[in-house]
Amino acid sequence: MGKPTICMGFEGSANKIGVGIVTSDGDILANPRKTFITPPGTGFLPRETALHHQQVIVPLVQECLKEANLTPKDIDCLAYTKGPGMGAPLVSTAVVMRTLAQIWKVPIVPVNHCVGHIEMGRLVTGAVDPIVLYVSGGNTQVIAYSEKRYRIFGETIDIAVGNCLDRFARVLGLSNDPSPGYNIEQLAKEGSQYIEMPYNVKGMDVSFSGILSFAEDTAVKLLKKGTATKADLCYSFQETVFAMLVEITERAMAHCNTQDVLIVGGVGCNKRLQAMMKIMADERGGKLYATDERYCIDNGAMIAWPGLLAFGQGDTIPVEESTCTQRYRTDDPVINWRDD
Amino acid sequence: MTEEEQVVGLVPKCKLVCQGAEGRVFETRYFKRRAILKQRFDKMYRHPILNKKLTRQRLGMEVKGMMKARKLGIRTPTVLLVDTETNSIIMDRVEGITVKDWLRKGKYTEEELGRVLSAIGTQVAAMHDGSLVHGDLTTSNIIVREPSLELTFIDFGLSFNTVAQNGPEDKGVDLYVMERAFLNAHADKPGLFDKALEAYSQKTNQWKSTFNRYSEVRMRGRKRSMVG
Ligand SMILES: Nc1ncnc2c1ncn2[C@@H]1O[C@H](COP(=O)(O)OP(=O)(O)OP(=O)(O)O)[C@@H](O)[C@H]1O
Ligand SMILES: [Fe+2]
Ligand SMILES: [Mg+2]
Repeated sequence: MGKPTICMGFEGSANKIGVGIVTSDGDILANPRKTFITPPGTGFLPRETALHHQQVIVPLVQECLKEANLTPKDIDCLAYTKGPGMGAPLVSTAVVMRTLAQIWKVPIVPVNHCVGHIEMGRLVTGAVDPIVLYVSGGNTQVIAYSEKRYRIFGETIDIAVGNCLDRFARVLGLSNDPSPGYNIEQLAKEGSQYIEMPYNVKGMDVSFSGILSFAEDTAVKLLKKGTATKADLCYSFQETVFAMLVEITERAMAHCNTQDVLIVGGVGCNKRLQAMMKIMADERGGKLYATDERYCIDNGAMIAWPGLLAFGQGDTIPVEESTCTQRYRTDDPVINWRDD
Repeated sequence: MTEEEQVVGLVPKCKLVCQGAEGRVFETRYFKRRAILKQRFDKMYRHPILNKKLTRQRLGMEVKGMMKARKLGIRTPTVLLVDTETNSIIMDRVEGITVKDWLRKGKYTEEELGRVLSAIGTQVAAMHDGSLVHGDLTTSNIIVREPSLELTFIDFGLSFNTVAQNGPEDKGVDLYVMERAFLNAHADKPGLFDKALEAYSQKTNQWKSTFNRYSEVRMRGRKRSMVG
């Protein structure tokens, strides 16, 4: 057998910047990442985030090569996040990738960020053709593969679950380090009282605006009155929101006649969400596939791997075409490396 | 009793036909009538308080929704028995196949397809004009009978009665859910939903407000930031 192809992937569409090296055998040789963390009660803005990425990306590339024990000569192609995401951070990352592609004289492969999450999840867990729940700061989608595309069966009709969790954490004044969702998860473990909150499922779609506005007024009042603790609120919030997610996932499974489920995206590393999903999958005689924060949360390898899959199909583009786009739907790209 | 037959609650000879998301659907007999038994079971993944609330709410809405739809002139199965102990409903078994299977089989003429799609649009409009929102308008939840092509709507567990000020939003979302269900289940046959929507627009008395909101709901999806 010949030497495996090696790809370096660049991801910087949100507040993480990651560079990863993956081989066509699916080995992840290095995958360092840095997160731009803002003070409690605040979110990340495009300009500051882009600045953060610009400051750390070059050392990150060096760290990545060193950890993989490779030199630029070993890299066969570069993959980057074309979108979706925030404009300035996306472009800052792409600029560095383009420069390196020209210096190293290697081809470029564009990758859809959402497809990156899905393919990374399949690689790490070995899931073959699962229903995918993709849950992150900006996305909430239930996805199934069919005829060369990742099709969206259900999604949020208003805000994304990660965004909902972040805003709830902000209301409670929780820290953003390492992430608001992580801190909600920890605090929820101490909650004992279940407080009923708005539950909103529409077929395979969900809506989170109702529960968020409940949290913003009613829940805060309960807190002030002392009838509920922050922990109780985190606990009840998680139980309600995750039940909605498991329900729409199960509806998609019944609909598509699929047994297995894969959770990807930043919210996917939440252990409670995984536990609830596992109970549902077990009841249906299926399997839950999930990954930990190394692969759930945005990283470079999740771009390098689908980059390699596309590279295998000859999908390279010239430098002039290596642009970015803030909106790029999961069902847009043709998944030409899958034949099932 | 054959192997696949089982006792559900107090009902013997139930044959599982579908393991849905929320419950199991069985074929059975009820006083010699061909019947369907739909049982919702406890979802162990969700908090017991939430579970109880949802199961009860949906059982209730499934029955109420069917009755209300009938009053609005839409065909639904007749409810024969509701058992809140086992969270099950026994209803008439409707002859025919789901619109999903009918479309997949593809044994229809252009004219027949047009008739079915326009009947879907017209009947959804009748529901909406009567303030009833179905909540899960997929092609699996509409049964078509051949050769008459008459339609029966089922699965009203997520249905609800919309109040005045939420009407346009709720109906807009209902149409949006339906559009996506058509697109996903029948990706190879584009344009089906548009035909149904055309018939809907002719029938409804509230086209302007509903259509505006439906367009807005669609735009929301397009405009939403997709960071992360
Ligand atoms: N009254 C009926 N007559 C004939 N067939 C029926 C009837 N009710 C249900 N079915 C069949 O069973 C399937 C599932 O029923 P239904 O949609 O009510 O439950 P479900 O899909 O499990 O519910 P949910 O969509 O909430 O998960 C239908 O798609 C249809 O094929
Ligand atoms: Fe992401
Ligand atoms: Mg159904």
